[in-house]
Amino acid sequence: MGEATLPLWARIAMPVALGGGLLGLWEGLVWYLAVPRFVLPAPSTIAWAFYTDGGTLLASLWITLRITIAAFVLALVLGVGLAVLSARSRLVELGVFPYAVILQVTPVVAIAPLVLIWVGVENVDRALLILSTIVAFFPILSNTTLGLRSVDHNLHDLFQLYGATGGQRLRLLQLPSALPYLLAGMKISGGLALIGAVVAEFVAGSGTGSGLAWRIVESANRLNIARMFAALVLLSALGVLIFSALAGLQSLLLRHWHESAMVRER
Amino acid sequence: MARRLLREPTMDGSIALSTTVPSRKLVRVRAVSKTYASGTQALAGIDLDIEQGEFISLLGPSGCGKSTLLRMVAGLGRPSAGTIDWPLATHDAAGRPDREIGFVFQDATLMPWATVFGNVFLPLRLRGRRRDEVRAEVTAAIANVGLAGFEGAYPRQLSGGMRMRVSIARALVVRPRLLLMDEPFAALDEFTRQRLNDDLLTLWAAGGWTVVFVTHSIYESVYLSSRIAVMGARPGRIQEIVSVDAPYPRDEAFRTSAAYNEHCRRTSAVLRRAH
Repeated sequence: MGEATLPLWARIAMPVALGGGLLGLWEGLVWYLAVPRFVLPAPSTIAWAFYTDGGTLLASLWITLRITIAAFVLALVLGVGLAVLSARSRLVELGVFPYAVILQVTPVVAIAPLVLIWVGVENVDRALLILSTIVAFFPILSNTTLGLRSVDHNLHDLFQLYGATGGQRLRLLQLPSALPYLLAGMKISGGLALIGAVVAEFVAGSGTGSGLAWRIVESANRLNIARMFAALVLLSALGVLIFSALAGLQSLLLRHWHESAMVRER
Repeated sequence: MARRLLREPTMDGSIALSTTVPSRKLVRVRAVSKTYASGTQALAGIDLDIEQGEFISLLGPSGCGKSTLLRMVAGLGRPSAGTIDWPLATHDAAGRPDREIGFVFQDATLMPWATVFGNVFLPLRLRGRRRDEVRAEVTAAIANVGLAGFEGAYPRQLSGGMRMRVSIARALVVRPRLLLMDEPFAALDEFTRQRLNDDLLTLWAAGGWTVVFVTHSIYESVYLSSRIAVMGARPGRIQEIVSVDAPYPRDEAFRTSAAYNEHCRRTSAVLRRAH
């Protein structure tokens, strides 16, 4: 509670100061101990890699981002769609859920070769999309299913009293009730879509253009560790960006009514 | 007011059960029992007539089936035996009555994601009405319960009493013939509860609808009702119907009168006999 009341500048300054200090220490130690740059490059060397390889890295970032977003949207549509079907029919739920769990628990690395064969090696992009979607979709499915079932019983009765149709009940009652659960699922899935896109690229290789994962593999092969670090920094930044965007969406949509997004004054 | 007094013949339970003037009975409950799948008998042999325009309370301790009875009148759940008919209502092709009810739950049961306006608009929306065509109606219903100016507020921003007012506005916006209230003020503090009791009586006097009010408070039931169905438990049954023949409008003077005390004492005695 004390931390929450710290002014904004302090909340920004603290991590920046800590990070800056650590970077300085890293820089100094690398120079002082004369660590070879193919083992651990200094931060300044990594910054230089951003300058020289910036264009290539940004192009790769764009490719990874595109796959991540496409997989996330696909996971969202599939997850919410299946959850709605499951909520409407217990039979669908019983039929679908075991397979969703199997897909979830099987490591994506293990399915990658199979998916690659099915879509054809000339369609690696599609394989990446499929694999990333598989990784991202389960949290959305399971959270939304839980949310759709968490409707207040009295509100449920109220809708019945006023003769609500199935469609009205879904649109005006079940989906809004499920929204906080869905948004929590989306926050997990956003990160998973990125992880899925990267892992899949490691395993399946890159498609029409190289994503960040392939840049890392390639940099490692060439012992260009500075560029590898630069790619890693971009990946983390992308992950943080996705998470922040979804967290922002969450508080925007829930700010008026859900406990999780309320600011309490004491 | 005079109209309402004329509609109140002095009657006790036995008279109410034997009279069958069909034009005045809004709901006729006959020999209704409810047994749950677990084998628990919630209600046994309930006979009750709900007269048009009256304010009747179902009074009893927890577990006497008063909420179960109320919900069955609303059409939420069916009796295991017996019938509940609506002699005055129109019926659809399948024989279902058009109940024209409003229902107020114990907790306000508002949609937390919708504004006050959105919550009160809901019943009309479910009937396919559009927002702009009923804006005046909804705003009037909100003003009617004393919440003018709060249309854009979310339930979380309101106090318990205000949330209950929204719930009442939502029930009344459909202009029901019958308002069913399930321990609506039980969770509120004494002052808020008193204010809401008074406001409810004012609305009832102006609105001309009928109220069935479930409560476990003797004082509340005597203050509000023209008749009180005192219920006993295990199995749930109506012990006796007590009539409270004090005239409306009722106010603070009635609440502190000897007559009020006497009604409370009588009702309490019946309640004790039921257990």
